[in-house]
Amino acid sequence: MSQYTVAFAGNPNTGKSTLFNLLTGMRQHTGNWAGKTVISAEGEFTHKDHQYLAVDLPGTYSLYSNSADEEAARDYIIFEQPDVTLVVLDATSLERNLNLALQVLEITGRTVICINLIDEARRLGIDINLKKISKRLGVPVVAISARNKIGIEALLDQVELVATSVVTAPPLRITYNDEIERGIAELTPMVEQTIGSMYPARWIALRLLDGDDSLLTSLKANMNSKGKALPGTKEVLGHGVTACH
Amino acid sequence: MTATVIPIPLSEALNGSRLRISGIEVQGVLRRRLLDLGFVVGNAVEVLRRSPLGDPTAFRVSNTTIALRREESSLIYGELIGGAET
Repeated sequence: MSQYTVAFAGNPNTGKSTLFNLLTGMRQHTGNWAGKTVISAEGEFTHKDHQYLAVDLPGTYSLYSNSADEEAARDYIIFEQPDVTLVVLDATSLERNLNLALQVLEITGRTVICINLIDEARRLGIDINLKKISKRLGVPVVAISARNKIGIEALLDQVELVATSVVTAPPLRITYNDEIERGIAELTPMVEQTIGSMYPARWIALRLLDGDDSLLTSLKANMNSKGKALPGTKEVLGHGVTACH
Repeated sequence: MTATVIPIPLSEALNGSRLRISGIEVQGVLRRRLLDLGFVVGNAVEVLRRSPLGDPTAFRVSNTTIALRREESSLIYGELIGGAET
């Protein structure tokens, strides 16, 4: 039986931790205020023939704004390269939530989009065209209600398909204006040469153009530690359980 | 003939008015933050209310209320699309 890693990403207050707890049976404390999950929590769950290690990342609106929890979420997705990144969105405010989904999709196509609070959205008369969103983003999109346990099986089926690489997608490629594209074209080969093909070169080039010093610092630190670390050793730092009162 | 709409800073918009964002002159990390929160060119913003001393002001954007100080809101421009009569 193989084990896959699933990272849970999402805006604060989207029910990400509720889903995490439902799947892992953990009682990670969830609260209705921003910045609750500061350190990522880990848990396990099984679906059909596979075991999954679930990692609950801090809730963030973005991976770019340079707060400690956004850096933690970003670094996990880039450097730990989970088999699946599950992006949990709030069905009642998709517009804002899709910002983070796009950012994740530019890094990795090993993503499942999970639209939570779908029952709440229906009650508000919000109709979501899952097929259309899935087509535009190129990855599976599933609507669920973690609180009322709706759609969980369907979600896990999609997670399995991505984890086992039955469904694969390249990182989402957004075409920027000529000036930016020229910059990317110039930087990408250099990025590939320096850090190898492990990491999404186009995305890193894009972040460098944006002057993302924090990413540069993380890249340097990671390359240094990867050089020394044995394959398979896991960083212990940064994993723990959030306040369990 | 319709007059060309001249963008005004959000800080100058009256309570209750709705604007379509036409430009953001905030720079750096804060610019990114504002974009993440929904202050994106083309997006609609509603001016909800002002604090007793006139600053900060609460704005409604992408279905969420966000308060901005004049420092920031004076650098975000929008075209009036409805709400309060000017």
